Amino acid sequence: MFNHPRRCASSRPGRLLTALTLGAALLFGMNTTASAADQQSITLYAGQHQQMVRLLVNAFEKKSGITVNVRPGEGAALASQILREGKRSPADVFFTENTPELVRLDNEHRLAKVAPNTLAQVPSQYSASNGRWLGVLARQNVMVYNPQKIDKADLPQSLMDLASDAYKGKVAVSPAEGDFLPLVKAMAIKHGEAKTLQWLKGLKTNAKIYNEDEGVVNAVNNGSAALGDINDYYYYRVREQTGKDAMKAQIAHFASGDVGNLVNVSGVAILDSAPHPQAAQKFLKFMVSKQAQTMLANSQIDFEYPLRPGIAANEQVEPFDQLNPPKINVNDLGDNSLAIKLVREAGLL
Amino acid sequence: MNSPSPYRAAASTAAAPRDHAPPTVLLLLAILVSALVLAPIAVTVFDAVRGSVVGTLALLFRPVIGHLLLNTIGLAVVCAVGSGLVSLAMAWLIERSDVPGYSIWRVLAPLPLALPAFVSSYAWLSISPSFQGAAGAALVVSASYYPLVYLPLAAALRGLDPAQEESARSLGLSPLAAFCRVTLPQLRPALLGGTLLLVLHVLTEFGAFALLRFRTFTTAIYSAYNAGLQVKQGALLACVLLFLCFLCLWGEQRLRGQHDYASIGAGVRRMPRRHSLGWGRIPALIFLGTVFTAAVGVPLATIGYWLTRTDAAAMTTTAVSTAQIIRVSFSSIGYGVAAGILTTALAFPVAYLAARYHNRAVQLIERTTYLPKGVPGIVVALALVTLSLQLLYPLYQTAILLVLAYAIIFMPLAVVSIRATAGQIEPGLENSARALGVGRFGVFRRVTLPLTAPGLGSATALVFISVCTELPTTLLLIPTGAHTLATEIWAESSNFAFAAAAPYAAVLAAISMLAAWLLANRFGRAAVA
Repeated sequence: MFNHPRRCASSRPGRLLTALTLGAALLFGMNTTASAADQQSITLYAGQHQQMVRLLVNAFEKKSGITVNVRPGEGAALASQILREGKRSPADVFFTENTPELVRLDNEHRLAKVAPNTLAQVPSQYSASNGRWLGVLARQNVMVYNPQKIDKADLPQSLMDLASDAYKGKVAVSPAEGDFLPLVKAMAIKHGEAKTLQWLKGLKTNAKIYNEDEGVVNAVNNGSAALGDINDYYYYRVREQTGKDAMKAQIAHFASGDVGNLVNVSGVAILDSAPHPQAAQKFLKFMVSKQAQTMLANSQIDFEYPLRPGIAANEQVEPFDQLNPPKINVNDLGDNSLAIKLVREAGLL
Repeated sequence: MNSPSPYRAAASTAAAPRDHAPPTVLLLLAILVSALVLAPIAVTVFDAVRGSVVGTLALLFRPVIGHLLLNTIGLAVVCAVGSGLVSLAMAWLIERSDVPGYSIWRVLAPLPLALPAFVSSYAWLSISPSFQGAAGAALVVSASYYPLVYLPLAAALRGLDPAQEESARSLGLSPLAAFCRVTLPQLRPALLGGTLLLVLHVLTEFGAFALLRFRTFTTAIYSAYNAGLQVKQGALLACVLLFLCFLCLWGEQRLRGQHDYASIGAGVRRMPRRHSLGWGRIPALIFLGTVFTAAVGVPLATIGYWLTRTDAAAMTTTAVSTAQIIRVSFSSIGYGVAAGILTTALAFPVAYLAARYHNRAVQLIERTTYLPKGVPGIVVALALVTLSLQLLYPLYQTAILLVLAYAIIFMPLAVVSIRATAGQIEPGLENSARALGVGRFGVFRRVTLPLTAPGLGSATALVFISVCTELPTTLLLIPTGAHTLATEIWAESSNFAFAAAAPYAAVLAAISMLAAWLLANRFGRAAVA
């Protein structure tokens, strides 16, 4: 009777011990690879699409020998996170799809100056006027519509029209998306807060709500909505997947200078608390270099406009100089606080 | 009398162990574990009710919450009814009819549980974006989770005495009437319990809905977090969701204790005669085949298809290297093993006490450790971010915090498995060892531990599988620069890079199915259910 447990006692806990050691070793292994914070590494909080971030990071690591630890996430969430972390934040660099998240950190005095030499690589109107963040890439807002659901002739001339009765039940929007909020702010700049709130309330009645722009493109493509307003690169990404023949959705533009044609800037900044500011500056310099900007423009995963002059955009997108955006400086878009307030008041969030 | 002999002390322990107070060390450990499990719930509620009452109420009674309630509950009802009907038909066909190959179907039917729902939705999504939205979400989630209803139903059908149905038949009821009036009522506890469990999974599911772009509470909480909104807003959404989940959990636990339809005297049951389907065997076969194809066949075939298309239409220039796949696989396995061991170790004191001591305090501790079943991973993750930022900063963004989160989320799995084996140990064995002069620790090491080993093994394996296939917590808490199979599938497929996601999905499906198969073979089929 006592032989049985005794025999097991010598073997089973032994095995357990082996497993424990193995587990601890694995855990330790994970930890060391994750927090290798030596001189030659930076931590990047990346709110951009992961594929393009990896492309960029791989090229930079190869060129500079500096390791980049990437923490992927949505821009707004990462900005909130940096503010909650305070000065002890492990982040060196913050890269976003849109500028309001950068402005939010700048308003809280959390950004360091970008090297003037780096700022000089892109036209100044796309970077912070105080030099604390750098414009890297741009996208345009467009209308996406399904010709089987709506005639091209019936498309609205202005983003404002999406809230009118004519488009009831036909519109798809993603109000929590980082690309949508700058449109709200731009609308408020052009038409005032009261009219913007009214517009948002109209959208609430008219539109189906999605979590992201990809959802809007797909809804329009499969006919559950007739039209929506998106950043154009989502259109190309979805088309790349479905194939050009299967893509029913088409791109159209609002009237020249309309808020709906707003250009969004993807930007980057260095934190004031960055543990590795010099390596961080090197990374920013690389992001607007000829090599990086050409690489991104030629990739079939990004579809954004390189902001460095003289570099052609992806052949699928419309040439940058043929766009008709509203005359609003990206600095004037500020942070998203007003937009969020209005969107919530309208019941969209 | 004044100096009791060692023998006497040991003998008195042996006399009535159940009436004795539980060992202090074990009790303290168990209390610590239940505090750990309760912490995320407490943090969430605290975050939600902070600030002015008026503000909280205004946020709570927003139209968005109504919309989400409608979406979430609507989908849960559709999935529950759909899965309920499908499972009922499947269980009857497999257990009670002469459908060809029923013994093979018995093995295949629960298989979808081994394939994570977000991997299935990745596969369906890659076939066509039109699977996005309510219909696609209902299809994918029902196909992934129907075994939760099917398994208890099939077990109940197997356990039923066919004599009752036959008596009803001999008293003049048609076969259908006999089934509806005699068999179905007896299946009700299994059907309802399984359905509530399924609803609980629908409520807490995140990855599948996020990929299929269907708005439920979990995805809205993530979306509020992504929009950088105040912590309070997400926490309030989480509280509404927690309320729904706990309602389901409470109902399910209540049903679990009920056995309304006991027969007097177990007697000797005989195997029921299988009903002859006649020509109906062909549609029955088509039905079973369709369900299995939708739940497992299509996802696996799709992953296979994308595996062969790594160059064309891959939509990623960051070519997936073999070294990267191996590194990421080992990272997933590492987290699975670490969390499996930690969870099992933490669950042991609770399960052991629950099996041995039946006082109020122990029952309360045990019950609290079942609560995480009703707490979605995303809620645990957000609460732990808050907790580590404010109180435990050294743990912030470390692997330790992530493993702790896994331990909290999967504690119920481990406690249930260990409790089952711990309850089977004859206390006399431990007492005899004590009587023979072995110390407390010695008894634990040489008697208790080896005898609970099967339970510890199945607990570790269950947690391992669950961790490998876990998504939302991993996304939020993973150390900077680290990746797992789940995060890679997520990163690639949410950007429509389906070919790039395929190798990770294939490895994940293989690990999960292999582990489930080992578990079922080694620890018996009951362990998987």
